Formats: sequence, structure tokens, C-alpha cells
Amino acid sequence: MSSLFSKKNKEVFSAPLGMNNPVTVQVLGICSALAVTAKLEPAIVMGLSVTVITAFSNVIISLLRKTVPNRIRIIVQLVVVAALVTIVSEILKAFAYDVSVQLSVYIGLIITNCILMGRLEAFAMANGPWESFLDGIGNGLGYAKILIIVAFFRELFGSGAVLGFQIIPSSVYEAGYLNNGLMLMPPMALIIVACIIWYQRSKHKELQDK
Amino acid sequence: MKALRNYLNRIKPNFEPGGKYHAFRSVFEGFESFLFVPNTTSKTGTNIHDAIDSKRIMSIVVIALIPALLFGMYNVGYQHYLYTGAVGGFWEMFLYGLLAVLPKIVVSYVVGLGIEFIVAQWKREEIQEGFLVSGILIPMIVPVDCPLWILAIATAFSVIFAKEVFGGTGMNVFNVALITRAFLFFAYPTKMSGESVWVASDSIFGLGKTVDGLTAATSLGVASTAKVADAYPAFSWDMVTGLIPGSIGETSVIAILIGAVILLWSGVASWKTMLSVFVGGAFMAYIFNEFGPETAMARMPWYEHLVLGGFCFGAVFMATDPVTSARTESGKYIYGFLIGAIAIIIRVLNPGYPEGMMLAILLMNVFAPLIDYCVVQRNISRRMNRIK
Repeated sequence: MSSLFSKKNKEVFSAPLGMNNPVTVQVLGICSALAVTAKLEPAIVMGLSVTVITAFSNVIISLLRKTVPNRIRIIVQLVVVAALVTIVSEILKAFAYDVSVQLSVYIGLIITNCILMGRLEAFAMANGPWESFLDGIGNGLGYAKILIIVAFFRELFGSGAVLGFQIIPSSVYEAGYLNNGLMLMPPMALIIVACIIWYQRSKHKELQDK
Repeated sequence: MKALRNYLNRIKPNFEPGGKYHAFRSVFEGFESFLFVPNTTSKTGTNIHDAIDSKRIMSIVVIALIPALLFGMYNVGYQHYLYTGAVGGFWEMFLYGLLAVLPKIVVSYVVGLGIEFIVAQWKREEIQEGFLVSGILIPMIVPVDCPLWILAIATAFSVIFAKEVFGGTGMNVFNVALITRAFLFFAYPTKMSGESVWVASDSIFGLGKTVDGLTAATSLGVASTAKVADAYPAFSWDMVTGLIPGSIGETSVIAILIGAVILLWSGVASWKTMLSVFVGGAFMAYIFNEFGPETAMARMPWYEHLVLGGFCFGAVFMATDPVTSARTESGKYIYGFLIGAIAIIIRVLNPGYPEGMMLAILLMNVFAPLIDYCVVQRNISRRMNRIK
């Protein structure tokens, strides 16, 4: 069993959380990071959905990788991802209807999330199911992490709340404080993502482009 | 002058590396070269030096802005006394305006220059002078009741994200002052538009009087909310002299034209850009007059479009910004014309934005390099044809 958690497998899991983050380093999945992060709750649900879908589609494709003919592999990958997305979407509609309404089309659009196809092509097609599972979980959580950071700042400064609870007291508003309306618009999400990338690259010299 | 020079020479060693105040070297360097032309020469390569440097250009722009700023101060007082019914003479009105506007100028300069100083010291560079102009432009393009703290946030945002991340003065894609205004406009719309921000409603140090719930719409605001097509405000000479509600520096066409004369006479701004903005605006407004939809904004005469709102101010001081505008000579015509035309299109066709000048200039800032590229390529291919 020790090989399940070998050093290499730990690396597979933890790299996407930090030094090989799909959003800040590979700059993938930006579109949904802009769309669903105006509030923290949908961002968390979105992050978890992507984690589940990435993990299981990685496992399934990894199991199929030797039997799928190379020429039709993209179609097979799409079918697998689409099936998982549909399942997650139905589960959300059944058990978390309010959030699924907030997320609207973006759950369906996980199919087009670049991180998914990227991981399938780059990792699952060449590795075993367990490594692929770890890789999927890692990348999903790396994506979720950035979404949660962005959504936290956007909700705090755009609505004065976190997870729907009012954080900034009403006395501050009476003193003349105003919510920043730009925070609720997608451009500000892009700027926050840029700030995270800025912070990460100035901290880690090896990420800087020459 | 001599005494000042001697004084600077005496305190200079303190700011050299190893001196007592070496942490403030860039600050000292900035003030010294603001006061005196630096006596250093370039060490490498062959360089052609113009007699004028960017600090001198910036100073001329600031001088050109002063008529509009002084008139804006007077107008702030005039509007306040007019709408609140307080009684006061010319000097009281001016003093009121001065006290209302001065904190905005101070906030804008302290925040903007503070960030510039920190960045310059951190990167061990000289302080860049670009903020001299932006710092005075920012208070002039906001409404008088815009709170100071949001002005500070917006200034910081735009200096960092519109300027420093691109590499500082001369490298910015967008006009820094307009990014400040755009940030304010989208982040705090209640403090940047509507009817309650254009006239100061509080008394300052006993001058004027406080009136709650004071409302006064700008002329463009009136036109954009008018229900019938001929309900646009009638042309009056107050629109030219500037005695109407509006952002602090933008109302007076006459004061802005004095600034334009200074800019053109000193050769700092390009007459091609300036003229073509007015031509573009007049052309587009005339088209709407003739063929436009049945709204007050479209029916408003073209000359009124040109004198109202930020059109003149944008054309003279924003569109001609040498960093963000087109640099090729024929590109300037295209760039200016499109700014004028797009500003009027936004005013007329988008009911949400009564003023389109800011968005038009920011939009064309993006396209300025493309215009330059096309002009240069056209020139190259034209000349290549000759050798065939």
C-alpha cells in the first residue's frame, strides 16, 4: 500500500495546488473563474463540482486509455465528461437547487473547461487510474482554491458579506462607506486573479518568465 | 535662483548612497530635476536631446489646466450659492469653491505621488513625472460631491493597475486620469452620476449653507431622461461660459479653450487630434440630428453636444495625451475623429450613459497602436510599390 502514497504520487497531488496551479500558472479555466465568483457559495460549489468531475473523468479515461483508438479519443473524452457533468448537474438540481440556479449554465459549461480536457490529454492518457485520480483531485482543488480566494474578496468588497452573512457592520455604511460595484463585475475578478498571479510569481522566482 | 541652487548642492550629499537620508534619494532627485534642468548627460550611444524634457512638458500642461481649474472652483461656489439660495459675493463663491476642491487635489496628489515615490524608491529608479498632470486632472473630472475616500481608492487603483504594472510613465496603455474616473463610475455609480452629486450641498467653514436632498441634474442628464424628443435643454450662453452644474473642471468652454491655446502655442498637444475630435463629434451629432431616433439626446443640436459635458475637456486635455494617443500624423486624424464620433454615439444610443467621452477615449486608447500600425504599413507598401 505504501506505493499508493509514494513521494511521486504526493507530488502529483500537491503540485497543482501550488507551483503548477491550473489557474495561476497554466492560466486555464479563467472564463468560469470570472463568471461564478461574485459570491462565495456558488464558487465553492463550482470548485467542488469541477474537482469531482476532473477526478472521475481522469479515472475513467485512464482505465480506457489502452482500448480507445487514438483518432477518436477526443470524442470519447467528451462523452465521459459530458456524462459526469450531467450527473453532477442533476444532483445539484435535486439537493442544492438555489445554488444550481445561481450557477445556471456554468455547471453545464464545465464540459468546455480547459482544465478538464487538459488533464485528460496531458495526464490520464499516459498514467494509471490511481495517479490520474490524485491528479484530478489536485487540479480540481487547485482550481477551487483560486475560485474561493477570488470570490471571498469579491463578495467582501462587493456586497460587504461572506457566504451571505453581513461582515461589514451597518455603522460603517452610515459613516459613508459604499460597496464597490465594480467588484461584482467580471473585470474585477480578472484583476484579482492577476494579483494572485503577481503575488505567486514574485514569491517564486522559478515561475518568472525570462 | 542662485541661492536655491546652492542650497540644493549643499544638502545633496545627504541623499547620495551612504548619506543620512539615502532612503529619500528618488524624492530629492525628483524635486531637484523639477526645479532645475539636470546637468547629467547620457553615457552610452549617440543621443539627440530635445531642449524640452518631459517635466517641462508636464508643467506646461498643468499651466494650461489652471484657467479651467480656477473657473471650476468659482463655478462650484456659484452653483452652490445659486441652488441653496445662500447670499454671497464673487470672492465668497470663489473661496467656497476653493475649499471644496482643494481637498480633492491634495488627496489625488498625496495618494498618486506617494505610490510613485514608493515604487521609484523600490525599483531604484528616478521618480517619473507623469503624475503631475494626472494628479490635477483627476479632481477636475469628478463631481464636487464625490467623497474623498473613494477618490483615494480610485487614484491608487489607477496608478497601480493602469500605470505601474505597465512599467510607469510613458508605458501606460490607458489614460490614467480616465481610468480613475472609469473606476469611480463603475464602482460607485451613486456618487458619480445622477442628480445629487453635481452641486455641493454642505456649508464649509461657515461659508454657504447646508441643504438636505439638494438635486441638480447636468444638462446631459436632463436630455438623457427627457420623455419627449424636443425636451432637451435649450442652448444658452451659460453652457459656453460654464455656469452650469457638471464635473469640476469640465463646464467652461472658454476656460478650456484658453488651455487649448496654451497647449497648441507651446506645441505640446497636437492640433490634428484636437480638431478631428471636434469634427468627429460635430459630424456624428449632425447625422443624429438629421436621421437619428426620436429622442431628446439625438435631437439636441450638434453645437450643443460639443459644448456640453466633458466633450471639450476630453478633446483638449485627454485625447491629446501624447502617451496614449496615436503617434503617426495621419493616424491622429483617424484617432481623433473616432473619439468624437463614438462619444456622441454612446451619448445618443446608450441611455445608461449620458456622457460618452470617457468611454470613447478609453476605447480609442486601445486602438491607437493599431491605427499607427496600419498607417505605417500603408506607407511602407505605398513606397514599396515605387520600386516595382
